[in-house]
Formats: sequence, C-alpha cells, structure tokens
Amino acid sequence: MYPFSYTRVSDLRTAVQAGSDGGRYIAGGTTLVDLMRETVERPGKLVDISALPLREVTATKGGGLRIGALMRMAEVAAHPTVRALYAVISQALELSASAQLRNMATIGGNIMQRTRCTYFRDVTASCNRREPGTGCAAREGFNRTHAILGTSEQCVATHPSDVAVAFAALEATVHLLGPAGERTVAFSDFLLRPDNTPQREQSIRQGELITAVEVPAQPRPLRSGYVKVRDRQSYEFALTSAAVALHVRGGVIQVAKVAAGGVGTVPWKLSAVEQRLIGQRPSEALWTQAAEVAADGAQPLAHNNFKVELLKRTVERQLRVVGGTR
Amino acid sequence: MSTDPPAAEPSALSRRTFVATTVAVGGAVAAGDLVVGPSAFGAEPSTAAETGPSTRVSLVVNGRRLTVVVDNRTSLLDLLREHLGLTGSKKGCNAGACGACTVLVDGRRVNSCLTLAVRLEGAEVTTIEGLAKGERLHPLQQAFIDQDAFQCGFCTPGQIMSGVGCLKEGRTGSAEEIREWMSGNLCRCGCYVKIVRAVEQAARWK
Ligand SMILES: Cc1cc2nc3c(=O)[nH]c(=O)nc-3n(C[C@H](O)[C@H](O)[C@H](O)COP(=O)(O)OP(=O)(O)OC[C@H]3O[C@@H](n4cnc5c(N)ncnc54)[C@H](O)[C@@H]3O)c2cc1C
Ligand code: SF4
Ligand code: FES
Ligand code: FES
Repeated sequence: MYPFSYTRVSDLRTAVQAGSDGGRYIAGGTTLVDLMRETVERPGKLVDISALPLREVTATKGGGLRIGALMRMAEVAAHPTVRALYAVISQALELSASAQLRNMATIGGNIMQRTRCTYFRDVTASCNRREPGTGCAAREGFNRTHAILGTSEQCVATHPSDVAVAFAALEATVHLLGPAGERTVAFSDFLLRPDNTPQREQSIRQGELITAVEVPAQPRPLRSGYVKVRDRQSYEFALTSAAVALHVRGGVIQVAKVAAGGVGTVPWKLSAVEQRLIGQRPSEALWTQAAEVAADGAQPLAHNNFKVELLKRTVERQLRVVGGTR
Repeated sequence: MSTDPPAAEPSALSRRTFVATTVAVGGAVAAGDLVVGPSAFGAEPSTAAETGPSTRVSLVVNGRRLTVVVDNRTSLLDLLREHLGLTGSKKGCNAGACGACTVLVDGRRVNSCLTLAVRLEGAEVTTIEGLAKGERLHPLQQAFIDQDAFQCGFCTPGQIMSGVGCLKEGRTGSAEEIREWMSGNLCRCGCYVKIVRAVEQAARWK
C-alpha cells in the first residue's frame, strides 16, 4: 500500500472542498482498502466521510424512498420502510457479500465499487480499465465470469453490485453534491459502459459526493424480489441475477420493472422483457415468453456462453416467483 | 495473483517490545502513546521504504483504553496482531474474503483486515481475547468445545466472533439461517456442520 494522508470531515461543505482538492472519499472502505493494498488504487489523500449526516432512509411522497449514501448495506436491508416498500432492495442486499462486509459497506460505496475482474485486480496483467491502452487480458484469458452484454473491444468486465441491479430495475436517481452545487443523475446514466473509455466507470465528477439514492414511487401494491445464481450458495458474486417488480391490477400487469446482474458491463435493464409483460395477464406461458428476449444482443466470450441460457432461466424463474403463478 | 511490493527492512521494534509497551499502557488512561509507526511495514509491506504519514488514535481494545500512533496504512488486524500482541484474530486472505479476522467494532462484526486503524478514534474493539469473563468462557466458546467445532483452529476465532455477531443480530432461527448468516467465515477443514451446531447451542443458552 502506498502512503496517504488522512482527514476526517463532519460537514458536507468541508467534504466537497476536500474532495475537490484531490482527496479521495472513504466510506466503508471495503472496496478502497482492498484495492489500495493491491496497489490498484493509489490515493494520496483519504477523506473519511463516515461522520457526514447522510445516514437516513426516508419515504418520499407517494411511496418512494430516499436512501442516504452512508447508510450501511445491513441497515438498509433491515430497514422496515425498505422491506415494506421494496423487498427487491432488501433481498439484493442480503444476498450480497457477507454479514461482516454489510456491516461496514455503504450504499454510496456500493454503487461506486469497481469490477471484480481478476486481471483488473492483478497489477501485473494488462487491463484497459486499470491502465488505458495496455490491452485486455480477459478477452483471450479466463472469462467465464465476464460480461455478455454491453461489452466493448476494450473491456468485458461485469459490474459486480447486486443492489445496483435493483436500482437499475426501479429507475432510481443518484443525488450528487459538488463544488458547483447539487444535481441528480438517472441511474441508467450514472454507471457507464466501457466503450472506448473503460477507465471511466461513473459519470461522477471530481469532488462530487453521492448524498443519496432515490427510488421513485410506484403504484401499489407492488410485488418485488431478487434472485442470484452463483458458483457457491453464499458469499459469492453473481453469475446471473434478476431484479423484478410487478404491479398487477384487474388481473393485468400494469407496471413491470426488470433488470439483470452478472451479465452486463453495467446492471442490465431488460426493457424488452418489460414490454412483453405490460398489459398481459400473469401466466406460466407469459413468464417463458417474456424471458425469451432477456439475452437479446448477447455476445458471449470463449468461456461464458452458458450465461445466455442461464440468464433467460434466471429471469423466468424470478418472474414466476414475483408474479406468483406458482 | 498480484505481486507484493518489496517489503521494507524489519523494524527495530519487535513484537515483543510492543507487547511489553502495551501491558504498560493497558488500563491506564493515556499513560503514554504507543507508537505504532514504521513497524507497520513488518505486516503491511510498503512500496517505499519511507515512513508514511501517521496519526494518533485513542480506542478501547477489550476494555482497555489505548492511545496509539499508527501509520495510516495499518489495518486494525495488523494493529492487533503485530503491535498489541493479540494474535487470536487471524489473517487468512487480507481481502475481506474469508472472515478469519472478524472482530467486533462498537458491537458489530466486521473484517478487521479491511478496517484502517486510523479510522477508529473512540471505537470499542472486542477480539477473541476479550470474550471470556475471567475464567468463564463465552457460551459460544464453550459450545465450540462441546460440539468439537474445529480441527486446525485457524478459522475458529473469526468463526466465534462472527457467531457472537450472528447471535446479537438474531439470525439463529434455523440451521439454514445460521448457515447463510455465517457464510462470511470460511473453514478449510470443513467443520461447517459442527459450527452450525455450536451456534445453535449458544442460541439456546441465551
Ligand atoms: C469478499 C467480498 C465480497 C463481496 N461480495 C459482494 C456481493 O456479492 N455483492 C455486492 O454487491 N458487493 C459485494 N462486495 C462489494 C461490497 O459491497 C463493496 O465493497 C461495498 O459496497 C463498497 O462500499 P464501501 O462503503 O465499503 O465503499 P468504499 O470502499 O469506502 O468506497 C468505494 C469507492 O466509492 C467511493 N465513495 C464511497 N462513498 C462515496 C460517496 N458517498 N460519494 C462519492 N464517492 C464515494 C470511494 O471514493 C471509493 O472510490 C464484496 C466485497 C468483498 C470484499
Ligand atoms: S475485462 Fe476489463 S477489467 Fe478485465 S482485464 Fe479486460 S479491460 Fe481489464
Ligand atoms: S483476513 Fe480478513 S477476511 Fe480474510
Ligand atoms: S478449523 Fe481449520 S480452517 Fe476451520
């Protein structure tokens, strides 16, 4: 690990000032300390934001949610308002990492976490995301866990977060505070596909601080849930995952929110699946028919072709679980 | 996988020196600073042989108040093991992926390998060494013995500290629930069945 200076901030203004002066925010530290030890990250100045007043979950008008960026994963998962309004968020969090890590890690840090591509974490391997222009060791290497959607010539790494899949499905917005003031960014614009600049992972600017993630209100009742398929039963990243939320009225699906994880370079919103669901009556046949388009556009690599079929089945299963026909 | 940066020279202060220092400091409030400076290199290899910026931190470890000066890079795990002589907490992966380093910070179970000591101003840390009340073992320690829930024992301190967290969090409703909520602790000897039984036993005692 390289040496760094350390400061603790307790108000937002000082935090943003320190961030703008080249400081790196540290929240739970579960991504940052790990990558600093691997010398993938080399910040010279850490700004500890854990004392900032961003530790609340509030219900917004009409039944949306605002989750403070410094809420820990464990706290959000257990929060009664979150559980009541968005089971999919609780479930995605409880299926993430471990109880210990969820006690440390925050929501802001979670959506900022970097890929778990092993070549990215290995400073001796070529990696365009870590060092632009050096090539991508995963393309011709071991890419069983890599992405099949949203990849580019430059990079094929997945985004590892689970709760980000729920946020993508629910069309959340990210609240940012920077030197120029506040702004909000749609979740779909917050995490960036690699394209030709894999080193740019979020549309956050220097010095900007995530203050909250906001989930818009949805018509009620809303049934929602998350499923995660992995190489071992727990404490493992997703091979595939699916976040589903459905609002059914008069026997017809009025609202469908669906996204997949473990397959995309960013959490993958499944608009085509949603379109096949809206206006239809829940049935076994509908789940199969909708999930059929889940992997459209997939470009599998040498070792991850299995994800194409697995993704469809993962989505179908979760539609059935949330849709309640079985 | 990754290459470790070259380790710096071992520091002049050996672990034994630190143990002695700690004992002297233990119990006394701010009797003097325990300087945990360059020796951080012994545990955390540094890229440069220079001393990194350091910070004074006051914290409570197993009920004893300590003031230490730590190289900012020092993890809580290295502070405990290399500088305070509390070697119960183990370093398995040093990356959050095994749970062997689990301790309680302010009552919550965390991975001490990913916790920077510099961030612990005012914190209360409990390690496996601080769990027993004198000669009386914590019910979960006793349960690990009763259920024969270990072989080599390397993962055991982390398992027990994690189990204490699991009990506090009330995630012991069924064997299945215990397995899921204890999944952050790996055991290379494969003692999982008995570990679950031990947590069940301690949950009944509560
Ligand atoms: C072994 C292991 C297993 C894991 N498994 C999973 C899993 O299954 N699913 C999953 O989703 N995640 C998993 N994770 C990742 C974990 O969830 C993230 O490390 C964690 O959420 C990051 O949050 P943090 O608060 O610790 O972030 P930090 O490490 O503190 O910060 C991460 C990054 O975010 C920036 N940052 C933090 N907060 C803010 C803010 N408010 N504004 C702007 N920037 C900010 C930091 O500068 C840094 O760049 C795992 C991690 C480990 C180590
Ligand atoms: S997939 Fe992306 S992160 Fe992995 S080696 Fe290639 S460029 Fe780097
Ligand atoms: S040593 Fe901390 S989790 Fe493995
Ligand atoms: S008892 Fe040997 S690793 Fe668990």
